[in-house]
Amino acid sequence: MPSKKRRTIRANPSASAAKARAEATSSQAIAKPLTVEALKERAKKLRRHIIAMTARAGSGHPGGSLSSAEIITALYFNFLRHDPRDPRWPDRDRFVLSKGHAAPLLYAALAETGYFPVEELLTLRKLDSRMQGHTDMTTTPGVEMSAGSLGQGLSFSIGIALAARLDRRDYRVYVLLGDGECDEGQVWEAAMAASHYKVDNLVAIVDRNQQQIDGWTYDVMDTEPLAEKWRSFGWHTIEVDGHELAQILAALDEAKQVKGRPTAIIAHTTKGKGVSFMENNPEFHGRAPTPEEAERALKELE
Amino acid sequence: MALERYTREAYGNALLQLGRENEDIVVLDADLSRSTMTRIFAMEFPHRFFDCGIAEQNMMGIAAGLAASGKTVFASTFAVFASSRCYDQVRMSIAQPRQNVKIVPSHGGITVGEDGFSHHSIEDLALMCSFPNFTVIVPADAVEAAQAVRAAANTYGPFYIRLCRPKTPLILGEDYRFIIGKAATLREGKDVTIIACGLMVARALQAAHNLIRDGIDCRVVNMSTLKPLDEDVIVKAAKETGAILTAEEHLQHGGLGSRVSQVVARYHPVPMSFLAIRDFYSPSGKPEELMERHGLTVEGIEQAVRSLISRKP
Repeated sequence: MPSKKRRTIRANPSASAAKARAEATSSQAIAKPLTVEALKERAKKLRRHIIAMTARAGSGHPGGSLSSAEIITALYFNFLRHDPRDPRWPDRDRFVLSKGHAAPLLYAALAETGYFPVEELLTLRKLDSRMQGHTDMTTTPGVEMSAGSLGQGLSFSIGIALAARLDRRDYRVYVLLGDGECDEGQVWEAAMAASHYKVDNLVAIVDRNQQQIDGWTYDVMDTEPLAEKWRSFGWHTIEVDGHELAQILAALDEAKQVKGRPTAIIAHTTKGKGVSFMENNPEFHGRAPTPEEAERALKELE
Repeated sequence: MALERYTREAYGNALLQLGRENEDIVVLDADLSRSTMTRIFAMEFPHRFFDCGIAEQNMMGIAAGLAASGKTVFASTFAVFASSRCYDQVRMSIAQPRQNVKIVPSHGGITVGEDGFSHHSIEDLALMCSFPNFTVIVPADAVEAAQAVRAAANTYGPFYIRLCRPKTPLILGEDYRFIIGKAATLREGKDVTIIACGLMVARALQAAHNLIRDGIDCRVVNMSTLKPLDEDVIVKAAKETGAILTAEEHLQHGGLGSRVSQVVARYHPVPMSFLAIRDFYSPSGKPEELMERHGLTVEGIEQAVRSLISRKP
């Protein structure tokens, strides 16, 4: 088999690079997991970034960014095997943001883990900024996929997961979808395919914040019973409180043990979480806070 | 009678060869591997072939994910599904990020015939040429199809290579060398130039041969790469022959004719005529009956050349 070479790469990653990597990530999961309390602070910090970024930009999607903050925090600060100094490291775990409108949240996590300077966050949506309105993989270090047209990230993630199998690499693929996004038929084409190909290195996390632009998902397009849908498509399905970091981490751990099928984590969340007047307020799906609102929000997030 | 071959069979065989040479070649299909002939590859490399079922949108996403992980991905289905069915998926996941995905559909144009309008691919070249970053190729015969597939495999970036259902005459010798973005002048001439692609090239050559009787000396250009277009050959033809006829198995707008006319209008305006599928959806019928209905025949080309020549100043 011509894959001999690749097997070597997996088994013996260049020793010096591995060492450097371990040192560089010492503040992160692999070397020393953060406590749940410390992670909570990180999530709060990401929320502050989201408010500041969208307020400065004057547009953007705070609601769905705020609802996913714990999910992203758990992944980036405690779970993913990644190296911010080498965003294209072939053996990195992949995180694919399918709900591309949560770009402010992803940028905040990427900046806080060292992919680019935190100051750059405030250039969100400005002409020629690397902080594009929706994620653009050709522009931003650490962004795996260009997204914003919904329903496409799961298919893309299957491709990455299958490549790992072909190359005998042991990285894992995590993809975050919105629950409104699950209206898209392509999500279910992909759900069927992932299970058919038995890609067990793939985890789909659905941010079940129950809201989409036009209102409650129950009113606009009811996706219930959502967990049963994923189960019936052959996925190992776990439901968690998407704001409880311990639950998210436990589910991610559980997914690692699942063989022969992909895992779906339905994370029950609140849209706009963390800011009283944004919570469950569909207005803030796609509207930035005014300077006054931002000030109030940041006070709540102190 | 010239020998005839399937361009899609040439594709399947080329894939098999490429698969043997390069372990990073991965092939996807959407439940049409017998028709697109990706099955030839699948038989030998089952672990590098993924049948995505009847889900073209998902297939394009998977293709992009594989490509983003270092694979050279070929994705096949019928042209009408490869282009319009998953236009946004291709735009988002393949075109903008410049993924190394080669979309190689069979059953382009109306020579699908009896299956009817749902299967006639008449807008695909316009759609695929509309993407930034894409290279769009319509091979004239099986020889060129095999070479274009190999060239695409060896060139990073998104490609669309349109193949067709019927066998087509072999018009290019084995010494022919396809180069991406280069048109081939298959016949020199001074009175008028016929710029054609796909199976219209063979017809253009035959028409040019017949028109000698009328004392008309036609140049014939095989414009197999629609994007990027070989502008030099077009400008040269405009300057030297003073009239250009385009011939394609595609709607008049957005395909070969539109693209050539932009170059002519910009650099050296001359009288032009456009032989193409007319602006309506065709019914079921035998491929040749449909081609006749749209004038995409040797006689149709001859007629168009004569009337174009009469418009030369």
